[in-house]
Amino acid sequence: MTLRRRVLGWFSRRPGAAATALLSPGVTWLLVFFVVPIALMLVYSTMRRGLYGGVVPGFTMENYRRFFDPLYLGILRRTVVWSVGCTVACLVIGYPVAYVIARATRWRQLLLLLVVLPFWTSFLVRTFAMIFLLRDSGLINGLLLRIGLIDQPIPLLYTPFAVMLGLVYGFLPLMILPIYASLEKLDDTLLEAAEVLGASPRARFFQVVFPLSLPGVAAGCLLTFIPALGSFLTSDLLGGAKQVMVGNLIQNQFTVARNWPFGSAAAFVVMGLVVGAVFGYLRRRDVEALTR
Amino acid sequence: MGSGRPVVELEAVTKSFGATKAVDQVSLEIQDGEFFSLLGPSGCGKTTTLRLIAGFEIPDAGGGEIRISGVRVNEKRPYDRGVGMVFQSYALFPHLDVGRNVGFGLRQRGTPEPEIAGRVGRALELVRLDPATYSRRRPAELSGGQRQRVALARALVLEPKILLLDEPLGALDLKLRKAMQLELKALNRTLGITFVYVTHDQEEALTMSDRIAVMDLARVAQLGTPADIYENPRTAFVASFIGESNLLEGRAAATVNGLVDVLGDGFRYQVRPDHPVAMGRAIKIAIRPEWMDLVEPGAVPPGENGLPGTVDEVIYLGETIHVIVALDIGSKVKVALRNEGQLIKPLPWVRGSRVAAAWLPEDAQVLEDDR
Repeated sequence: MTLRRRVLGWFSRRPGAAATALLSPGVTWLLVFFVVPIALMLVYSTMRRGLYGGVVPGFTMENYRRFFDPLYLGILRRTVVWSVGCTVACLVIGYPVAYVIARATRWRQLLLLLVVLPFWTSFLVRTFAMIFLLRDSGLINGLLLRIGLIDQPIPLLYTPFAVMLGLVYGFLPLMILPIYASLEKLDDTLLEAAEVLGASPRARFFQVVFPLSLPGVAAGCLLTFIPALGSFLTSDLLGGAKQVMVGNLIQNQFTVARNWPFGSAAAFVVMGLVVGAVFGYLRRRDVEALTR
Repeated sequence: MGSGRPVVELEAVTKSFGATKAVDQVSLEIQDGEFFSLLGPSGCGKTTTLRLIAGFEIPDAGGGEIRISGVRVNEKRPYDRGVGMVFQSYALFPHLDVGRNVGFGLRQRGTPEPEIAGRVGRALELVRLDPATYSRRRPAELSGGQRQRVALARALVLEPKILLLDEPLGALDLKLRKAMQLELKALNRTLGITFVYVTHDQEEALTMSDRIAVMDLARVAQLGTPADIYENPRTAFVASFIGESNLLEGRAAATVNGLVDVLGDGFRYQVRPDHPVAMGRAIKIAIRPEWMDLVEPGAVPPGENGLPGTVDEVIYLGETIHVIVALDIGSKVKVALRNEGQLIKPLPWVRGSRVAAAWLPEDAQVLEDDR
């Protein structure tokens, strides 16, 4: 008791020390498991590959130069295009869902639960479920064959369509939730004010609701775009070997190809893209802050 | 003041939310150009009444009729009713600057941009905001009073026939409120627009209104000019909600020349009711504190009523002095006396003094039952 009091007393006289004590576990964690590995990767990305994997000392920019080979740039472009496509698709599908949930009164909790329910299952399991759905002998083709709409299974699995489907399926909740949050706090009297001023339902949406939900839209896009950019599981399982994304490339370098330096360099390029996206978003947020 | 033609008419309007009636058989007529207040405690139905006029709520099926300029508007959307509205929370669009907020309605109508600029500027000047200074500011950069002015300009720029105001000054501090009250009254007079004003603040309603509908329990308890309402409250609710009142009870015993003798357990007083009173029935009367006087016991002037009691409390308020008297019949009354200078001419009574509360029979109001 007295020790406890003495410790608390010591800290209460030194607010700086208290803050340090509270922050140190988190800071230590991030330092050891985030900053150090990244620094290691940065160093590796400028080294040469060892004969049997690993790295050998010596500085080189060769790994970065290699990434700008048309082959890899093609993969990067495909990744960016797919991530943008996934983000746009999530926005188009997710916004109305978020809107309905935000307007719902009785079913709101249930609907929110349904949105986050997929998170309770492993992403891997859910992706395998997609395979059962999409493969030639899967549910969709089976149904179409049975009702006689087709006499040959449509190739669905291992196509760009399958990858896009998997990405959108996986990241949709991350789009819905922030948009829901910004729509949910929208003041209904603003809509009444717009109505009495003569705004049509369409004008009320595009001139009041949508602009005020932009912070949520921006957050949702970021939360969708970033993981989409780094995803590898979906394209691996649903795209087969044909639909490689940057995530697969990096994973491959660290595992099968055992080329750590090149994998590190590729990871840094992707990270640069993400950081750029985040900064773009933060600048937007500054603008939003002024409007509020 | 009104020209005699009602611009808004409510005829037996009823609105229920689930099983509760928020507005129950309300009928009233609002004259053209009038400053009309709906006054009452929270939950009395005043805001719902306003929202029914605005068109945000629709009367129940068979729940009466709302007419604006003689035309039934029950099914019309707010915009088609020619009304403007100022909300308690201002409801300014946070993502638009002041100029765009005020121009919002004009833009919906497809008004040409040069005309919008001119009308927005004039509307802002009308509410005494300098367009050059404020047009580009966002609502978040304005004070509460300025936001209220923008909300007012946004409604007025469309030149509505009727302006509906839902406790628009509720969030402002007292001094600003008082200034805005006079400004709103002046706008009502100069623009000739009918104002329908919802408030729970009786002083505010008395200050601004041409007529007031006092609402209680989803009904209109009394409708009249501020003087009617204050000097002639019809029910105990109105008597105590608008200003203060001393309520006394008794039984009407006999009438002589319009004066009614009221008897109680050990007391007797007279009233001069302005409506017929059934003999033998229990009645309730209200007397304003400032219409009562204090005299020495046994020195009640002839023709006045007097009830003896003991001074319970003397409250110094500056302009007036309130004396709480515990009457011998058991109840307490408050008597408001003009302060004639306590340093020069102090009150002869202190706590514990024996006094009589006196009043003229015509200064007491005989109340009807609340329902």
